[in-house]
Amino acid sequence: MLDVATPLVSLPPRIASWFAARGWSPRLHQLALLAHAAAGQSALLIAPTGAGKTLAGFLPSLVDLMGQARSRPALHTLYISPLKALSVDVARNIEIPVSEMGLPIRIETRTGDTPAGKRQRQRRDPPDILLTTPEQLALLLASPDAAMLFGDLRRIVLDELHALVTNKRGDLLSLGLARLRRLAPGVQTVGLSATVREPAELAAYLRGRDDLPPALVVAPEGARAEISMLDTRERLPWAGHSARHALDEIYQALRGCKMALIFTNTRFQAEQLFWDLWKHNAENLPIALHHGSLDASQRRRVEAAMAEGTIKAVVCTATLDLGIDWGDVDLVINVGAPKGASRITQRIGRANHRLDEPSRALLVPANRFEVIECRAAIDAASHGVQDTPVPRTGALDVLAQHVLGMACAAPFRAEDLHSEITDAAPYAAVTREDFDRVLDFVAHGGYALKAYERFAKIRQDKDGRWRVSNGRIAQQYRMNVGTIVAATMLKVRLVRSRTGPMGQTLIGRGGRVLGEMEDGFLESLVPGDTFIFGGEILALQAIVEDEALVQRVQSTTPKIPAWGGSKFPLSTYLASRVRSMLSEPHAWPELPSQVQDWLDIQAERSLLPPPDSMLVETFPRGGRHYLVAYPFEGRLAHQTLGMLLTRRLERERLKPLGFVGNDYALAVWMKADIGARIKNGLVDLDGLFGEDMLGDDLEAWLDESSMMKRTFRSCAIIAGLIEKRHPGREKTGRQMTVSTDLVYDVLRRHEPDHILLRAAREDAATGLLDLKRLGDLLLRIKGRIIHKDLDRVSPLAVPIMLEIGREPVYGEAQDEILAEAADVLVEEACGVEGRSFREPA
Amino acid sequence: MGLRAEALENRPDTTSPLMVAGERFLADPSGALFHEGERALLVADLHLEKGSSFARRGMLLPPYDTGATLAALADVVRRYAPRLVVALGDSFHDPFAAARLSDADRTVLAAIQHGRDWLWLTGNHDPLPHEGLIGSVSAEWHVGPIVLRHEPQTDSGTGEIAGHLHPVARVVGTSGTTRRRCFVSDGLRCVMPAFGAYAGGLNIHHAAFTPLFGTRSRIAHALGRDRVYAVPITRCIADG
Repeated sequence: MLDVATPLVSLPPRIASWFAARGWSPRLHQLALLAHAAAGQSALLIAPTGAGKTLAGFLPSLVDLMGQARSRPALHTLYISPLKALSVDVARNIEIPVSEMGLPIRIETRTGDTPAGKRQRQRRDPPDILLTTPEQLALLLASPDAAMLFGDLRRIVLDELHALVTNKRGDLLSLGLARLRRLAPGVQTVGLSATVREPAELAAYLRGRDDLPPALVVAPEGARAEISMLDTRERLPWAGHSARHALDEIYQALRGCKMALIFTNTRFQAEQLFWDLWKHNAENLPIALHHGSLDASQRRRVEAAMAEGTIKAVVCTATLDLGIDWGDVDLVINVGAPKGASRITQRIGRANHRLDEPSRALLVPANRFEVIECRAAIDAASHGVQDTPVPRTGALDVLAQHVLGMACAAPFRAEDLHSEITDAAPYAAVTREDFDRVLDFVAHGGYALKAYERFAKIRQDKDGRWRVSNGRIAQQYRMNVGTIVAATMLKVRLVRSRTGPMGQTLIGRGGRVLGEMEDGFLESLVPGDTFIFGGEILALQAIVEDEALVQRVQSTTPKIPAWGGSKFPLSTYLASRVRSMLSEPHAWPELPSQVQDWLDIQAERSLLPPPDSMLVETFPRGGRHYLVAYPFEGRLAHQTLGMLLTRRLERERLKPLGFVGNDYALAVWMKADIGARIKNGLVDLDGLFGEDMLGDDLEAWLDESSMMKRTFRSCAIIAGLIEKRHPGREKTGRQMTVSTDLVYDVLRRHEPDHILLRAAREDAATGLLDLKRLGDLLLRIKGRIIHKDLDRVSPLAVPIMLEIGREPVYGEAQDEILAEAADVLVEEACGVEGRSFREPA
Repeated sequence: MGLRAEALENRPDTTSPLMVAGERFLADPSGALFHEGERALLVADLHLEKGSSFARRGMLLPPYDTGATLAALADVVRRYAPRLVVALGDSFHDPFAAARLSDADRTVLAAIQHGRDWLWLTGNHDPLPHEGLIGSVSAEWHVGPIVLRHEPQTDSGTGEIAGHLHPVARVVGTSGTTRRRCFVSDGLRCVMPAFGAYAGGLNIHHAAFTPLFGTRSRIAHALGRDRVYAVPITRCIADG
């Protein structure tokens, strides 16, 4: 599907003969990119993995660089990828043709791991091609010599663009691109991407407002993947995400393949599965573990073993999703829910790099709903449906970070920087007024109460240009650049302890670092507690500064690390597909018989949720009354709905006690008989689920929402209100923090329209609160709610009922918990339980 | 039941009794303790001017924390009309903080202090007296057999009330969990919750509490919306 108007150019002889020597011929899309480059046009290349995408991105640079003598070392091409491992990998792959053709081209990487000396040298004496990450680009652009460094830049290659643009890193990068277009007018940008829903939207990210629209080059699709779902012989669990029931079946699948990747949705699941597989590993198959918390050297070893083919399987998380050379992987196993059709297709497409051979994948659902979701994903993939996210609106917290960075680079006038940042597609709509508020925020906090003028981080000079106040502020910026806000992490270091002369235990230092873990988890342990990490059982010895000192122990029952990891909500597309599958019994033969039986009983006892309506069930259980709704809109939207619904139920005096949401359903429980009241017309379901809940109820709830607080925390850190790291305090950083929850409370009470609160609200709307999706849901089900009043829990409600008790609660229910816990004490005090123990049987 | 009945006798809506070394205190949901006999009100860890303390280092936290803390303090002082207020240390976030008080906040503080005795105990954040402030300064004070001080000591002697640790409890119920500031007490010692708007919390399961309470049974008096709830430690879990 090449653009027919593209005039193809021929390769320079030196490159053509290199292709010929390898028995290759250049692919059409590679030539097309060359042609667009020759015509001075930016381009977006959409191609499946294995189509020579990266080489296509670099060929124009190679041609350019071999054709001209450059008077001084100057950066010609900047390559940016979301993963530093990918930069290293791609550098290696591009070195091969360059050295085989004998081209005088210098290629270097620059990541957080690059030694300081080399980084300094790169600024003075830049390579021709630099491979780096969005954060490193931001740092380079914030240095006073940025104009010098990037002045001769000709090309920018953005790899895995589909993954780069979906989050705040993409926002940061877009602002960096806008600055690059100013420093190097005429610079061409090439985006490399997997298949997306709407390529034109993605192409918009590449261009400045005065540029021609980028050319779209679409390479032919490879053979379609063969995806199947594990039809387990075991009993399918009702809830949970471990897929432990299928352990032996996963193991058998490994035995039959060359090399397998086993994807899980969280690091915790990866650790658990890895541990279980090794307990089950009678044949001692070489099975490895790979996730983002493990030490980099450990990850590199696993990646090298994959490339050499000396490994049978790797249990991994999304960290292995992008770019890294997968070697001879011929089977992808996905444990748990796929969550999105494009996500699973991109993942699977990376197996079997040869385009003519289909890649093979096995989906292993961990519970009954996941079975339906897997089936829906397989159908979607076989129809080539894409459900990649829509383009983002640039986040204001990221803009604040960028503004400070630009002040570190050189003094600027507000109107110039505003014009520049609106040249970045995600920020095109930022008004001057909003920009000025961001500027005020960066300068002195942007508060109505002007208390911090003397502490201003940037100040206007007498010419009206903004400059950074002092070197310390610039240093703080450099230490905190980036948009990835993780929990505070402690290094996990393996140590040896020995018994001292007085019989005391002496803990040695200086052992190997295994990786890092959240300090909240580690601090909840007492010395001696055991947990799984990196596939080993470790016992905590002590926490010293920013390190957790651990020892290996012989134990089979560890205290499990309770890591959150990433949790993607179910995509809108898959959700609607799941809804329609449920309501079409003729589609069920494709489902395992256990699931069919489950749905049959549901149809008999209650009702199958119809695709265009929402089913609400009510039933009594254990002295409480439950309301279970089935919107299938993802966990985040359901949790928000749960919060808002609870407020309304409180107002109606139905005494709600709590709620829980998963990807498919929402359960609320209360003291009052909600079922009877709905039947008697005392409670109106349409009113209860009315769209107006997104008005005042939402505002009131935001006061205490933990999701909102978490969102605010991340905005506050990215915007530079709170530091992740402080100069000279690296070691003790975790002791000097301030609780962002408390800051949120105070700010919301005293200045509810502060720019940072606005940033957090905008974030929450599409992020953790998923308000956008909730709004769409409320609109979709208006007048289409079907109520079933039951005398007991329905089969479909069992999975959600099993999740009760795991989540924090809010509102009046909080004091309910306290009162309930206090009652226990009263009972203890009155000896009710104690006496019953002492009494003879 | 006994606990609730006693609470009803006094201030049914807001307070619950808390016994330390045989002395009876009322625990207020704001985080203050009131001794009726002495008409003494105790508050810990106000951390005034914490916001501006961070601002000095380039973190421009909302400059409203001192105002918010003083407003809460004014409210609890109005409700109990104490003869004596004791601030148990870390009243100011750093040694220069008192000098940074805005004129408005300074006026509010003076109004709260008016007509009563005021004692600032020193803390690790404010080891020296603050110039230009009303009130006496001391490292310790006594209420009956109880020592009041900032940092709890391993040997609590005949009774101790302290701050410093900012205790919070994560309480588990059948429908979920909630995390609240709390008093934690074993009957001989009480560690008070932090009162300041920006003062964070430390889970009572943190190792820092172990040398103070050992394995002795203790109760978390968790601050609810309108009252204080006495919760057994078995109902509280670690964070994470």
